[in-house]
Amino acid sequence: MIDTGDIIETIRMITDENLDVRTVTMGVSLLDCADEDPKKACEKIYQKITTVAKDLVPIVEDISANYGVPIVNKRISVTPISMLLACAKNPNPADYAKALDRAAHTVGVNFVGGYSALVQKGFAKGDRELIASIPEALSTTKLVCSSINIGSTKSGLNMDAVKMMGPIIRRTAELTKDDNCMGAAKLVVFCNAPEDNPFMAGAFHGPGEPDCVINVGVSGPGAVRAALAKLPKDADLSKVAETVKRTAFKITRMGELVGRLAAGRLGVPFGIVDLSLAPTPAVGDSVANVLEEMGLEKCGCYGTTAALALLNDAVKKGGVMASGHVGGLSGAFIPVSEDEGMIKSVRQGALGLEKLEAMTAVCSVGIDMVVVPGDTPAEVLSGLIADEAAIGMVNTKTTAVRVIPAIGKKAGDELNFGGLLGYGPVMPINTFSPKTFIDRGGRIPAPLQALKN
Amino acid sequence: MNAVITVIGADKVGILAKVSGVCAEYNVNIEEVTQNILGEVFAMIMIVDVANSTVPFTALSEKLAAAGREIGTDIRITRQELFDAMHRI
Repeated sequence: MIDTGDIIETIRMITDENLDVRTVTMGVSLLDCADEDPKKACEKIYQKITTVAKDLVPIVEDISANYGVPIVNKRISVTPISMLLACAKNPNPADYAKALDRAAHTVGVNFVGGYSALVQKGFAKGDRELIASIPEALSTTKLVCSSINIGSTKSGLNMDAVKMMGPIIRRTAELTKDDNCMGAAKLVVFCNAPEDNPFMAGAFHGPGEPDCVINVGVSGPGAVRAALAKLPKDADLSKVAETVKRTAFKITRMGELVGRLAAGRLGVPFGIVDLSLAPTPAVGDSVANVLEEMGLEKCGCYGTTAALALLNDAVKKGGVMASGHVGGLSGAFIPVSEDEGMIKSVRQGALGLEKLEAMTAVCSVGIDMVVVPGDTPAEVLSGLIADEAAIGMVNTKTTAVRVIPAIGKKAGDELNFGGLLGYGPVMPINTFSPKTFIDRGGRIPAPLQALKN
Repeated sequence: MNAVITVIGADKVGILAKVSGVCAEYNVNIEEVTQNILGEVFAMIMIVDVANSTVPFTALSEKLAAAGREIGTDIRITRQELFDAMHRI
């Protein structure tokens, strides 16, 4: 018999503390859909996704009902589309995005990720075309997400790609300005992108993955905050770390159970659990609130980076023991517009872009869901991408940039994306120009991985 | 197949009768019942066997939730494996 207190704790985590499984993401290889004729390739893509993923949504919803666990998103990640463009004759890449969008609508998933290219060391055939088509692809589809990997610890940074991405982000925001610049919220620029990430907008199905796989992303900042709230205010930080670990263990076990059940019933291999603390705009489901519960007046004050480093590490330590296979991004997310506590901190002036950049050095991902003024020059966006990528490259970790230039708006205004993407104040950004540096292009060499003193 | 019914809310006359009534109606066998007052909250936990239930699990879940709404408490049913996974190493 299970302990009564444990049962009540689980029910409370779900009902009062917003504990959920954030996403069950099916990774699907589209390598067998490549075709010289772009029309045929798009038809094959549609057929493959609607065949392998046809039962994804009903099965996951049934598991959710049976186990009383909310499963917020059902998603699909696919092979980077640039790989399919390589062999096509005069393709219009956006047609591939439309095929993905149609397939996603048919199977009923929330998002499909993989309108992507991996260009950390240079451009292969199809890569430039795909990048150039991103504004059109994201403004003419609803559910497609795009990501570009522009650097890695082993390859260095492709600064030609960095230079391209500033204008691409701006153009994507401009084309979707009547819809809160939504296109830019579906576009991520990565350094060290993981190939098995279940979270959007950066999910794609890497070339080293099996034909089809189930990956799971957990959530649960609310549950971690509630556990910390029960500690006395003078409990030392070893106890704080221990409490986070214990809670992360339970959260991850729930994700592992859901992933294994889903994979078993769909007849595909189970890939990984992504141990990320993913916030939502719901009150109480905030990573910023977890940091504040540790004793910070506001997320963004001095001490924030240290608190986040503790949280990020303890989440991993607790989660690793709870899951057979861990992967993806695995860490605490700090997406500003998706986190009610972060939004408050920005509004009150406690949190700015500089502090966020420091925080990205110790946690998962990077400058995420940050809204910047609509007149931010493209080279400034490229400079921001270069800085974030450099942090990831040197620290052998994933970093990413997902910024939304709020076209026609200035610092202090707001954008509202709705749903899980949340809402956010436009944050002031340093606009001194890095243009000459960015215009140089070329590559920043891979960093030395020895002599680390 | 075991499941756990949890009733959380204010203590009231007839809660046990209400829940066991739903169980009997759909041929769900009650194996164990415990009641606790945790803080100021009343919590009743029932371990039930749903193997011979006459309705699918999701329908049973809805019937229990509806019965809960009638008496103003939160009634949930969850497969036992969830608790095993989260609380046992």
